[in-house]
Amino acid sequence: MLYFSKFKSISILMICLFGIIFAFPNLLSQNSLNDLPKILPHKQINLGLDLRGGSHLLVEVQSSVRASERMDDLFDDIRIELRRNKILLSDITQINNEIKITLSDVGFKDNLLDIVESLSQNVKGQLGSGQLNSELQIIEQTDGSILVSMTEVALNDLLRRSVDQSIEIIRRRIDELGTKEPTIQRQGDSRILIQVPGLDDPKRLKDLLGTTAKMNFHLIDPFYDGDNVSRSSMALKHANNDSTYVVERRSIIGGENLVDAQPGFDSQTNQPIVNFRFDSQGSRKFGKITTDNVGKLFAIVLDNEVISAPIINEPILGGSGMISGSFTVQEANDLAILLRAGALPAPLVILEERTVGPGLGADSIKSGQIASILGLMLVLLYMFVSYGRFGIYSNISLIINLSLIVAVLSILQATLTLPGIAGIILTIGMAVDANVLIFERIREEIANKKSVINAIDNGYKRARTTILDANITTFIAAIILFQLGSGPIKGFSVTLAIGIITSVFTAFTVTRFFVATWIKKTNPKEINI
Amino acid sequence: MKPIKIIKLDTSINFLSKTKIFISLSMIFLIASICLLLSRGLNFGIDFNGGTLIEVQKISGNADVSEMRSRLGQLDLGNIQLQEFGKKTDLLIRVEQLSEEEGVQQVIINEISEVVEKDYKIRRIEVVGPKVSAELIKKGIIAVITAVISVLIYIWFRFEWQFGIGAIFALVHDIIITIGVFSLLQLEFNLSIIAALLTIVGYSLNDTVVIYDRIREELRKYKKMPIVELINQALNLTLSRTLMTSITTLLALISLYLFGGEVIKGFTFAMIWGVLIGTYSSIFIASPILIGLNIKRDWSKNDGE
Repeated sequence: MLYFSKFKSISILMICLFGIIFAFPNLLSQNSLNDLPKILPHKQINLGLDLRGGSHLLVEVQSSVRASERMDDLFDDIRIELRRNKILLSDITQINNEIKITLSDVGFKDNLLDIVESLSQNVKGQLGSGQLNSELQIIEQTDGSILVSMTEVALNDLLRRSVDQSIEIIRRRIDELGTKEPTIQRQGDSRILIQVPGLDDPKRLKDLLGTTAKMNFHLIDPFYDGDNVSRSSMALKHANNDSTYVVERRSIIGGENLVDAQPGFDSQTNQPIVNFRFDSQGSRKFGKITTDNVGKLFAIVLDNEVISAPIINEPILGGSGMISGSFTVQEANDLAILLRAGALPAPLVILEERTVGPGLGADSIKSGQIASILGLMLVLLYMFVSYGRFGIYSNISLIINLSLIVAVLSILQATLTLPGIAGIILTIGMAVDANVLIFERIREEIANKKSVINAIDNGYKRARTTILDANITTFIAAIILFQLGSGPIKGFSVTLAIGIITSVFTAFTVTRFFVATWIKKTNPKEINI
Repeated sequence: MKPIKIIKLDTSINFLSKTKIFISLSMIFLIASICLLLSRGLNFGIDFNGGTLIEVQKISGNADVSEMRSRLGQLDLGNIQLQEFGKKTDLLIRVEQLSEEEGVQQVIINEISEVVEKDYKIRRIEVVGPKVSAELIKKGIIAVITAVISVLIYIWFRFEWQFGIGAIFALVHDIIITIGVFSLLQLEFNLSIIAALLTIVGYSLNDTVVIYDRIREELRKYKKMPIVELINQALNLTLSRTLMTSITTLLALISLYLFGGEVIKGFTFAMIWGVLIGTYSSIFIASPILIGLNIKRDWSKNDGE
């Protein structure tokens, strides 16, 4: 156990050197890091949100809202088609995303089925299968009525597309905030994990995510008599005051035709406004409608709330316009961001939030540093007092062990969290265990009157299986923790697992290498351990 | 300088003479823990109960708990817990989950920030909705059980089934009594405590495995020695290592407990407790159990190696 081939010796030294070189950038500030020669590594450990400050948000895409929107449309379409084909209805109702249709004359049932069939869109099934499936399923009841609902495949497809689109829109919105390196990931079927580091105003992020930002222009219903809202109209509240507007259900133009939106100021009132521009198709449509409806009112509706209801003074042909809705500067700014980024396909709801301010993060780093340094000092001292020269060897390898942990974390760009720091400190305490096992064995062998070389050799040999057994069990726990892991805890399991591997390596190789070198040089007749 | 030895090599403590006392003591603690769990339950944090947690810091001067209580009381948010958090300037506000509806808590945060923002800085916000908390409970329980089962399989593989039983008993003992302490002191039980429990599983087993390894070795060496004497000898031989490792780990943990900040205090507390009880159980529980389980004496065929 005490013989090291040249190749082995060099490899061990190389690994130690490599650990130190790759750990080194973490001791530097950003400025001196830039001055570092190009050939040296520059990667620093990736700090978790709990240390650098930032927001972790788990949101769920409410795609059921989209499903019921689709059913609303279908409900209208079926009625229109039946009327066009002059088929008389006895009853049509919509309950829980199911449409129930009863005909006056059951003889027309085949025509009804054809109509529903023609309204059904094709949807893709499982990714990659390329097979097209029907969107709607039709169940014929014994009383002659039929039930129309969306198929499982269609609902899943809708969910998948909603999440995809949401991720895209969220990314655009967050990019507009100008934050660095946001992480936006799909989680499971319907969820999205959003991690944004270093945010000054987490509330603004949440407001941006919490708004669907579906903008539509509707004409105000000119026939509304102040009493009954007709079937083709709906009543909407104003966003900032108590007034109610009755607008036509069908929108004349929507946010999907927007190409740009910018905050600005009204030249007359100096109020914050949002200037917008339509694409060419939108411009033509908007131009035609405004030409036909001069003198009438229309409403700009955002997420089912009227934000402004101006009068059409003259045809708007250039395709651009402005929204003035008694905004603050930031509100105008955010509305412009939302309109530019586009509407979310479905509302998002926040399931989990963990936000840490930059102050707390910095404090945590500081206390983590103090605790690690103190813990390290105590362990180093204690090991020296207990094992003398061998303690020093074990201490050097403990420090190499730490730099290896830091190096591996930097290379893997794993995230260091506060529990992760705890994991490192725990490793400091537990890493010496392997050395303790070996040294205790050597003590025993010496007491059994073995020669120095034999004692050391046996000590290492005998302790080996024990060290492996003992560390594999902790390693199993670390892996399970990783599976369980949400954010910070994952960081703990990562440092724990890396620490186990590096500490077994350093105890078994590095310390042994020091001991062997010393024995070879001095060939002591007795040792103090 | 001559190294200091805390345990002399010829130490011979009769660990097994008081086995009955220690086992009964542990049984009492176990039963007490289970009773506590059933009667008082655990003080679940928002990870498992759902709810909102906000840490605030007074911008100038010390925080005033009672003034804050009356400020928040006007919001009518149901049960609000307020406590000083580490420093005199810091407060922790905890709001119970009011409804099963997701997203309501964001409204609560807005209301609270409006009333505290003028003289307090918000340092941390944590919100866990009903869906996520239910999942975390499930995940936590599964993680602990999987950990116990997988190490059981490992031990069984490496040793003999008797050792597996002994180790698992010691492990369950450690976990239940640790949870019992959390119930007794009504300390917050959250996701990081589950992490601590899993680390305790690793640590306690580490300790047990080292002793078991030694017992197995002695079994091979001394085929005729009475089992009680043999186990006792193994315990004495590993005692120095057991104490050394516990002490170095505790040194690191205690400095973390004292200086590592308020956020991970619960976690470090659980770990410190776990190291203590893990050390105790490997010596006084896991090892004596082997006596009663009638372990194989003939290891000459190199099984399990």
